[in-house]
Amino acid sequence: MSRFSWFNAVSLTLGFAFLYIPMIILVIFSFNESKLVTVWAGFSTKWYGELLANEAFLDAAWVTLRVAVFSSTLATILGTAAAYVLIRSGRFFGRTLFSGMIYAPLVMPEVITGLSLLLLFIGIGLERGVLTIVLAHTTFSMCYVSVVVSSRLATFDKSLEEAALDLGCSSAQAFRLVTLPIIAPAVISGWLLAFTLSLDDLVIASFATGPSATTLPIKIFSAVRLGVSPEINALSTIMISIVTVGVITASLVSKRKMVREREEELMAVRS
Amino acid sequence: MRRFALIALPYAWLLALFLVPFLIVVKISLSDVALSIPPYFPQFSWEEGIGAFLAELDFENFVFLTQDSLYWKAYLSSLFIALVSTALTLMIGYPVAYGMARAPEEWRPTLMMLIILPFWTSFLIRVYAWMGILSQEGFLNQFLLWTGIISTPLTILNTNTAVYIGIVYTYLPFMVLPIYAALDRLDGSLIEAAEDLGCSRLSAFWLVTVPMSRNGIIAGCFLVFIPALGEFVIPSLLGGSGTLMIGKVLWEEFFSNRDWPVASAVAVVLLLILIIPIVLFQRNQQRASEADQ
Repeated sequence: MSRFSWFNAVSLTLGFAFLYIPMIILVIFSFNESKLVTVWAGFSTKWYGELLANEAFLDAAWVTLRVAVFSSTLATILGTAAAYVLIRSGRFFGRTLFSGMIYAPLVMPEVITGLSLLLLFIGIGLERGVLTIVLAHTTFSMCYVSVVVSSRLATFDKSLEEAALDLGCSSAQAFRLVTLPIIAPAVISGWLLAFTLSLDDLVIASFATGPSATTLPIKIFSAVRLGVSPEINALSTIMISIVTVGVITASLVSKRKMVREREEELMAVRS
Repeated sequence: MRRFALIALPYAWLLALFLVPFLIVVKISLSDVALSIPPYFPQFSWEEGIGAFLAELDFENFVFLTQDSLYWKAYLSSLFIALVSTALTLMIGYPVAYGMARAPEEWRPTLMMLIILPFWTSFLIRVYAWMGILSQEGFLNQFLLWTGIISTPLTILNTNTAVYIGIVYTYLPFMVLPIYAALDRLDGSLIEAAEDLGCSRLSAFWLVTVPMSRNGIIAGCFLVFIPALGEFVIPSLLGGSGTLMIGKVLWEEFFSNRDWPVASAVAVVLLLILIIPIVLFQRNQQRASEADQ
């Protein structure tokens, strides 16, 4: 597949323009002096100032961050255990049901997941707030973690684990010393995925929360329902910059790692 | 013992927070609405037993869904919107994936990163970005008026057109990635062979490239269609009062009308509709992974 043609160049340019122009416009207009978001009235950072002075947004951001840290950590532990069970445990009672429950939440519409969890929380009389959002987020994001981790587990050489066991490791030691370091990149990307999903989620959090806890997406949604606002543009710019820096760093790190591995391979071949 | 704990922990979690809640939805969809908290009259309790439950069982809420035209219109229009936007996403996504697969080797990590980056950015913010573009005095209208293509501003925001744009925009990476993965594995010599045997470049594309990327196309289409069907955020921010989508109807039934039994019945029917594409998608994935081995 080579021979890069004009057609390819044009479709890539148009495709990426479509993906990025809306976000670029959003970022540019967060620095607009005017309250009218579509008319440029000069450069200003006042909306960032107003955003940082807005306690309701700061509270919501703090709630969102706490929920995301707790739920993604729990989801990573549960999801990794689930992946290990699915790939390594062979047959056990109710295996089909288990793997069904791992994959179903991935395709379940958010409105249904949210509705069903809310009805459960009300049914058992659990007061809705930060705890219930954490429970809800953990449930759906653990399935994403388990898919990411199990694809890594499925491709790695089982004989490494067996060798560790033969050399006198207990199964817990073998997991800690051999399996975990090998699947670590997948576990980390699973955690990051769970973290992002939790930061992002509007629908499930709206169902699972009560009056005591408001997350950032809920706050943003109720603000933008009334129309475009420059404060939300400023908030979006901050969020987009964090993600951009993160993704670029991650891809540079993985690129450097690939280069180093290739160099090491070359050295090994030469010696 | 340790193995048991390893299985039991995620198993119990999913039973308690995925399966049981879903059974509650099914149960409430069979209950009657009541003016109390919670606002439904329980039709089933363990004390009365299953016999009493079955004797009183009715599908009242489901019958109601067929009688009120709002619901079946919402289901049909969700299906239609999801189908059209999937087709549009494919039409835009395929050339992009094709361009990525044929781009020089050293560009590919960057292109890949550019496709993945929107995936990590907030979904809500990416939908919101279009509100400023599509409104009456938005950038698109300003641009079109400036170029002289139109003389009066177009109404795009709060119509179905805006919903299509929103769905295509947010789900484009889901279409591009599987197609790119399929095209990336394609053996270039097959196309050369087709051209040597007298195919034009265009017919080599239709006869070799497209069929060979079939699994990627199918996977991409389902990854767009399934979430688009139950979409809530896009129709409520970009769509108008005339935009009927079932995710929005369910939300309003629950939060505005507080009719929990009907909201639950809407959810059950939506899931029944989704089972067909989900099963087809699973089968395609299985076939693709078998073909790999």
